[in-house]
Amino acid sequence: MTMSPGDPSSAARSLQGGNDSGEPAGNRPGNRSGDASPSVSAATTANAAITRITIAVQTDDFDLSSEVAALRAGDTSVGAVACFVGTVRDLGGAQAIAAMTLEHYPGMTERSLRSICDEAARRWPLAGVCVVHRIGELHAGDQIVLVAVTSRHRGAAFEACEFVMDYLKTRAPFWKKERGPDGERWVDARDSDDEAARRWARQAQQQQQQQ
Amino acid sequence: MAMTVLYFASLREGLGVARETLDQPDGVRVAGDLLAWLRRRGGAWQQLLADGRAVRIAVDQQMVDAAAPLHATAEVAFFPPVTGG
Repeated sequence: MTMSPGDPSSAARSLQGGNDSGEPAGNRPGNRSGDASPSVSAATTANAAITRITIAVQTDDFDLSSEVAALRAGDTSVGAVACFVGTVRDLGGAQAIAAMTLEHYPGMTERSLRSICDEAARRWPLAGVCVVHRIGELHAGDQIVLVAVTSRHRGAAFEACEFVMDYLKTRAPFWKKERGPDGERWVDARDSDDEAARRWARQAQQQQQQQ
Repeated sequence: MAMTVLYFASLREGLGVARETLDQPDGVRVAGDLLAWLRRRGGAWQQLLADGRAVRIAVDQQMVDAAAPLHATAEVAFFPPVTGG
């Protein structure tokens, strides 16, 4: 189940007591690269404006429960919360990973994450979207990324959560460098990630054609 | 009044430069022109920015293609395909 921005049900969202976007990324503890420049906020669309969007790029770990609690706080219209947590995996052997360093492009990172969340809020009737992405040195088993999405119904929450993750993988300027038994190496981008992102573009195209 | 050019990840390491400022060179109007201009430095520049290498471009912090126009104070970034998440 998906809804286009023109769908009548999107008008109902403004009656849910939706909130403004959340605190600026720059106010979060542990954020090294907060960018709450007005031009980013100005890019927020009318539809996205009633979706609570929080973005954080930080070295610190995050707590799933507190992030979800913050996203849901005071909004009883939420009936579904979908979350994805990405972690550092260690495949062992030649692919063993002792540590990983995450580099990013301060400024553009926050801007691109915001734009991905805005796009999700235009495509689905969402109450909130939260993205937390860690940078710096991480170890096997560590949490890297959190995407949490709230909505009235599970269909939108599930789909939007996967959409944000797929777009983040191909559009947000992060780079992983792994350190294993044979030294350091930059992680290669995967074609399957590009394909995962492309199917959302196709879905949008098909919906436009059907209208 | 100059362009800022940024390099990230494997490009930053391979080129040995993270950031430089440049006056917009004559004849460099779009991002692809700048890439070609940088290749003319030879060595690692020619090799790592070669046609066919996966080099992503951002102008003023927006991902763009090689046809994107530049301006005198543009922030241009070159980097490999992203691998976050």
